[in-house]
Amino acid sequence: MPRELVNLLSNLKEPESIDYVEKSLGRGVDPLQLLEQAREGMKIVGEKYADEKYFIPDLIFSGEILKGVVDKLKPHLKKKEETSPLGKVVLGTVAGDIHDIGKNLVVFMLDASGFEVLDLGVDVPVEKFVNAIKETGSRVIGLSGFLTLAFQSMKQTVDAIKEAGLHDVKIMIGGGQIDERVRSFSGADAYGKDAMEAVKLVKGWIGG
Amino acid sequence: MEEKKAELSAEQKQDELFQRWLEPKDPEGNNLTFKNSGAEKLYRERITRIKDAIQLKKLPDRVPVCPLPSMFPAFYSGISLQEAMYDYDKCCAAWKKYVLDFEPDAHMGCAAPGSGKFFEILDYKLYAWPGHGVSPEHSYQCIEGEYMMADEYDELIHDPSHFFNNIYLPRVFGSLDPFKMLPFLPGILEMYGVAFNFIPYGLPPVQTALKALMEAGSEALKWAGAVGGFDGEMAALGFPQIIGGFTKAPFDTLGDTLRGTKGIMLDMYRQPDKLLQALEVITPLMIKMGVGAAKMNGKPIIFMPLHKGADGFLSDDQFKKFYWPTFRKVIVGLIEEGCVPFPAAEGGYNSRLSVIKDVPKGKTVWMFDKTDMANAKEILGNTACILGNMPLSILNLGTPDDVREYARKLIDDAAEGGGYIMANGAFFDNVKAENLKAMVDFTKEYGVYK
Ligand code: B12
Repeated sequence: MPRELVNLLSNLKEPESIDYVEKSLGRGVDPLQLLEQAREGMKIVGEKYADEKYFIPDLIFSGEILKGVVDKLKPHLKKKEETSPLGKVVLGTVAGDIHDIGKNLVVFMLDASGFEVLDLGVDVPVEKFVNAIKETGSRVIGLSGFLTLAFQSMKQTVDAIKEAGLHDVKIMIGGGQIDERVRSFSGADAYGKDAMEAVKLVKGWIGG
Repeated sequence: MEEKKAELSAEQKQDELFQRWLEPKDPEGNNLTFKNSGAEKLYRERITRIKDAIQLKKLPDRVPVCPLPSMFPAFYSGISLQEAMYDYDKCCAAWKKYVLDFEPDAHMGCAAPGSGKFFEILDYKLYAWPGHGVSPEHSYQCIEGEYMMADEYDELIHDPSHFFNNIYLPRVFGSLDPFKMLPFLPGILEMYGVAFNFIPYGLPPVQTALKALMEAGSEALKWAGAVGGFDGEMAALGFPQIIGGFTKAPFDTLGDTLRGTKGIMLDMYRQPDKLLQALEVITPLMIKMGVGAAKMNGKPIIFMPLHKGADGFLSDDQFKKFYWPTFRKVIVGLIEEGCVPFPAAEGGYNSRLSVIKDVPKGKTVWMFDKTDMANAKEILGNTACILGNMPLSILNLGTPDDVREYARKLIDDAAEGGGYIMANGAFFDNVKAENLKAMVDFTKEYGVYK
């Protein structure tokens, strides 16, 4: 696989990436191959973030470049191509809380590590988590929260999942004020201090 | 008078502001009458304790303890946050109960809930609040968005007043939408044609907006009367209010409620020069905002909540290029006018300690949350007072023993030789009262310098 786009994207070259995609498409390059390169580029971005070479601005910007690239590729991609994700993870910011920067980073890193992520967004009601687990058959769920108010929401969500009889589901929590004490209060299985730890936890539970 | 002011050093200006804080006035401008000599003595002792911790010249008698609540007093008194925003008397009573029951060395006043009616009159769009998009029991919430567009940097850079009046205010206040039509004032120069400029003020929508503004002004006065009265009442009982004013680091000014997190971070890549220019333009405005408030209120400490420069948010290089230079200018600008900048480093600031060390000695106080306090003490100890770090998870979910244990370690790690103020790390709502009490009482006992 050629690596031009991989390098351009992982080095956050926006106009150059878009330009390269346009020219390649013009030359008849397979759009799927370009998409694959873009995905590889994003994986490297994730690795650089894990190595503390990249920070939030870099991640946000890479996401924007990717969006631009995908917009160019879309008209050329016939049907939704199949990927083989390692497993499904449901993630969301709990009820009453709208902080999403931390959660988005977790989504980004899980995605870059090959997991399929269902992002339920922010201020997610308890039932929505429960339903999502039932619908997707997902075995790992991540609760994000930054407010002290989220302590309660997390506990309620964990309780509801257990009450729904979903005992084989692993629950991880994280976010600003969350720590081991909150984990034990909420009854979740694990606390992760950052997005890299979230990936580690998920890998430990469902492989990959 | 003006000339004398110009000759004062930053040091003298700071002393003057501390002196004004130590000698509070009543609304008529006369010396405040304290409830009794005991209250007067306690009031001065408390301020002196805080002053000594900040200035790093004299060892305070003990570690000051200043909890910094968000909406805790409302929860503690059992009033809803909606009531706190709409019933000024109930708000004052709740905050008073908090101060009297916990007896902190300083409080933050009762302005945090704000006036619900005022926000309604102006149709504030930037926040949802109890009854307006948030349930009555929950705190108001900032709605992040792009309130300044990516292509509007030049508007801000070339004419900030025009930008705020004609572009920003109409976006964040529904009732001020017609301000989009306001005239360009530098056009009012010569006799000829002057009246043309005033035509917008005759248009019905602008007149409606101006009426809303007057109504909002009346409500603001009513609210400020209650809030100001509270500070006076607490002072008379011996409890100083710590906040002399508020300002922000320019990167946060732009990144929080103008461009938004995503907007400003994309600008760092797509239009870094414009961003840097705008940060410079905002810097003197942020200094003016803090200094103006300090002088009006007669209190030196200027609160600065910090958001997007925390660990993880920016790389070292990004922090040094985009965040720190103008933030430092604001700090120094405030200090030159006698203020004590009080940055609240939300999140972690571990990777920033060696950078922020570059500020004048004994003139700042830094609130930390997830920052390692032993490390902060080591790096900043000779330069600045540090405050905070009691985790909300302990205050919320722990026991009084947990609190005491943590407080003991905090004092051991951070308070040696002065320069530390006991406080929570992040602003708190519904913590356990007995835990807060334990934090205050333990500090008063264990924190005595011998
Ligand atoms: C940015 C910010 C905002 C933005 C949010 C923008 C957004 N789109 O998310 C805005 C301005 C909207 C906002 C609003 C409010 N905020 Co705010 N906010 C912050 C701030 C400054 C940063 C939070 C953040 O995004 N950090 C960035 C991430 C990347 O940091 P991180 O924690 O390291 O993230 C990692 C881990 O947490 C982990 N992780 C995250 N989620 C998960 C999930 C799992 C499963 C795992 C394993 C790991 C994991 O992985 C992440 C990546 O490595 C914090 C202070 C701070 N610095 O923490 C306050 C803070 C969280 N906010 C606070 C408050 C009070 C509020 C408001 C109530 C203020 C107000 N009155 O408007 C509202 C509440 C809105 C609501 N209902 O949620 C308080 C909360 C305190 C409390 N008592 O609860 C804080 C702590 C500020 C403070 N010092 O008091 N806020």
